[in-house]
Amino acid sequence: MSTEPASKRLVVEANAISLRFETADGPVDALSNVSLQIAEGEFVSFIGPSGCGKTTMLRVIADLQQPTSGTLLVNGMTAENARLARSYGYVFQAPALFPWRTIEKNLKLPLEIMGFSESEQKIRAERYMAMVNLKGFERKFPWQLSGGMQQRVSIARALSFDPAMLLMDEPFGALDEIVRDHLNEQLLQLWKSTEKTVLFVTHSIPEAVFLSTKIVVMSPRPGRIIDVIDCDFPADRSLEIRETPEFLKIAQRVRNGLRAGHSYDE
Amino acid sequence: MTSSSLTLPARRATFFAARNAIVERYVPVATMVLALIAIWYVAAVAMNWALVRDAFEREETPYTVSDVLAGTMDAERPLLPAPHQVINAFVDGVFGYPPLAPRSLIYHSLVTLSATVLGFILGALFGIALALLIVHSRVLERSLLPWIICSQMVPVLALAPIFIVVLGAIGLQGLLPKSIISAYLCFFPIAIGMVKGFTSPDPLQIELMRTWSATSRQVLWKLRWPSAVPYLFASLKVAITISLVGAIVAELPTGGEAGIGARLLSGSYYGQTIQLWAALVAAAVLASALIGIVGLIERGVNSRMGAH
Amino acid sequence: MDPRKLRLGFLLATGAIALAFVLPIAPEALPLMARPYLKEIAGAAGLLFLLAAWFADNRATVVGLAGALLAATASLALLNDASVAGSAQAGFWMIVLASWLSVALSLVNLAALQKLRRRAQQAVNLAVPLLFGATAFYLWEVAVRGLGVPTVLLPPPSAAATRFFASLPTLAGDFTQTFIRGVLIGYAIGCGAGLLVAILAHRYQFLARGLLPLGNFFSALPLVGVAPIMVMWFGFDWPSKAAVVVLVTFFPMLVNAIAGLSASGHIERDLMRSYAASPGQSLTKLYLPAALPFIFNALKINATLALIGAIVAEFFGTPTQGIGFRISTEAGRMAIDMVWAEIALAALAGMAFYGCVTLAERATTFWHPSYRT
Repeated sequence: MSTEPASKRLVVEANAISLRFETADGPVDALSNVSLQIAEGEFVSFIGPSGCGKTTMLRVIADLQQPTSGTLLVNGMTAENARLARSYGYVFQAPALFPWRTIEKNLKLPLEIMGFSESEQKIRAERYMAMVNLKGFERKFPWQLSGGMQQRVSIARALSFDPAMLLMDEPFGALDEIVRDHLNEQLLQLWKSTEKTVLFVTHSIPEAVFLSTKIVVMSPRPGRIIDVIDCDFPADRSLEIRETPEFLKIAQRVRNGLRAGHSYDE
Repeated sequence: MTSSSLTLPARRATFFAARNAIVERYVPVATMVLALIAIWYVAAVAMNWALVRDAFEREETPYTVSDVLAGTMDAERPLLPAPHQVINAFVDGVFGYPPLAPRSLIYHSLVTLSATVLGFILGALFGIALALLIVHSRVLERSLLPWIICSQMVPVLALAPIFIVVLGAIGLQGLLPKSIISAYLCFFPIAIGMVKGFTSPDPLQIELMRTWSATSRQVLWKLRWPSAVPYLFASLKVAITISLVGAIVAELPTGGEAGIGARLLSGSYYGQTIQLWAALVAAAVLASALIGIVGLIERGVNSRMGAH
Repeated sequence: MDPRKLRLGFLLATGAIALAFVLPIAPEALPLMARPYLKEIAGAAGLLFLLAAWFADNRATVVGLAGALLAATASLALLNDASVAGSAQAGFWMIVLASWLSVALSLVNLAALQKLRRRAQQAVNLAVPLLFGATAFYLWEVAVRGLGVPTVLLPPPSAAATRFFASLPTLAGDFTQTFIRGVLIGYAIGCGAGLLVAILAHRYQFLARGLLPLGNFFSALPLVGVAPIMVMWFGFDWPSKAAVVVLVTFFPMLVNAIAGLSASGHIERDLMRSYAASPGQSLTKLYLPAALPFIFNALKINATLALIGAIVAEFFGTPTQGIGFRISTEAGRMAIDMVWAEIALAALAGMAFYGCVTLAERATTFWHPSYRT
């Protein structure tokens, strides 16, 4: 575990979070004694195999699920208050755009719910459409866009109300690798320009190492943290760094963590 | 962890899960039914109140509130019979007379049922035959199918009176015209349902059959029929309820004497409210029984086809 | 279609026309040769069939249809002759056969057309069933009039049409009573109530679990049977019919709306939760729009059920007008052509109603995947 510079505010303080639920085959520990601290402006990836609790951890932080024990402070408040205060934007595995709304109306959905004025909605919609390079698609419907474009709209929607954090649950998992690389670069640009805290769940080791300032390696049965790895690649990195020795060393460390957590066993 | 220490808690967990499932499924329905019956009683009191009180006034006998209350539960020609009155009349109609007596509900139910079942079988056979023709002939599909779909929008039940009258004029009475109406009514939903069913196989599966040079007949028996089974039972359930309604409505025009529809009609002509309600309950019982039988057959077929 | 079979078919049609000139039209009637205009028309039809046989490809379709039209006109004109109607013989039927045969051949050709451009394809898709229906009406007309079927048994379409246009005021009155008052009001109340209860049930899961099985149960019952009870409660006039319609339309809407409101995916629900949306906001922005396809499914089913309910309810007793009333009384009086005119009215009303609901559906649920296949 690394120490944070005192000047950076902590946006997530999790202490001994556990989540246990009953199934027909007995109790399952989705999360077991997970403790974590995330500072403002970091890009934190959660990586691990299915069932390691990474999505569950994200959902607990988002107050979409409640832990059975442990304490959690998000942005200095309880998770529920953080949700009610609209502190984060959530990007799911699927774009989850409403097919009966145009792209522009989809972007305005959270703004309508949160009570922004009409003029403010229009300004924000334009700004974030441009930020994800989708200017001109305002009047289209979701099914007229490709999967990658829909996911970009989903990201723009999550940013539109200026939340402190961005929570992303395998947002690029359903896309092919070429689109994925492209979107990784775009996400990096977005992070640099908006300076938000990003929590990112992924299956892909290269993706995690490329994007993050910190990588949290998790393993299943029970869900727990195996390793926390700091990376500080230069801010203006491009996809080429994926072949450099430093990159490969960190990727190897991630892989070792996964192996230690029995992620590669049956 | 060894297996033995896990099985006991696991079994108890399963037991509680199963019991919770039963509770979850039946308690809400039971509550609703009880609530409906309670509302029914209250409504019966409210609606029959004026009737009963006026009857007391006419006879100029002294009465109390509880007299009127008791009266609403027991009126002879109530506006809304109380549940127990309906149940009593129903039970009386079923068990109180020999099964083939003209006042027995069983007799009337059998009359309606015979027309329903005969019409249903005829309609189902024709509907399936038509669906087979449509699926195998492009001409019929393009020319006939739109008309079948249009016929769904037409109140076909309105044809019942003329059928009965016209067929009566040429000497056909009784079971046959009623069955023809029922058959006509359930023939269309079955045809449409089966067309959907026969065309439901994935194009990939049909292509697979083509790679094996399967004939049309083989594709029909080995692929289309099995795929159509869910659609078959869904449309059979719809058809049997329509067939029942058709048989009941067909009994109306001639001012018929036998059958549930006739019973409804005479109950309304002579102001015999309770008899009317008992006939309705009989119709409901028939409908549920028919759907139940189709459901049972469906479950049998499904389990033989590998569903769990 | 195989050109040889096409050629053979049209040759048979030509042969039929030729036979019509030779065989007697009817026992007491003039033969075809002796009729001034009709023999030209029939002759022209025969020539067109010959031409179609020679073409034996897609051009034969148009030529064949033209010939069929001429032959049909000739046969209908023959029926206007009192000596023919009711006792038609082989010569007459040859003309009918020729007409029907060439339409059938043209239909087979048209139905096989598939790779046309969009507008042309749409026109063909419309033309095929319309042609089929027109032929069915034509055959009905000539069969009934040619064979002399008693009108009380089965009137020809022309008699029903004449009666229809002659009785427009009566029909209008019946339409207003049954459709405008009984159906529309009952439909609005029944569907509205079903939707409201479904929204309540969506909010309170206990209600949903209790009402859904009951809704399915009641949907299957012959609810039109409550018509006499409604008459007892609401009187003979249209309110009792509207009450039956309310009952009949309530349950399908309830069942479908409950299914529709729970059709939203769990990701979309989590999305609304992450926005801390209020239950009202979630209802109007997510659950209701997602439920629209299901709601419209119920609205379409209910359109037909409402009309049936109102008409059948009138069989149980109604004051002095109404479609069901007219059908049962005119049937009792054996005025079958009036009955068919009323049935035509009911059919038109039913199709128009259903068509309006379908148009509204297309406008509001254009985004549903089923429109994109």
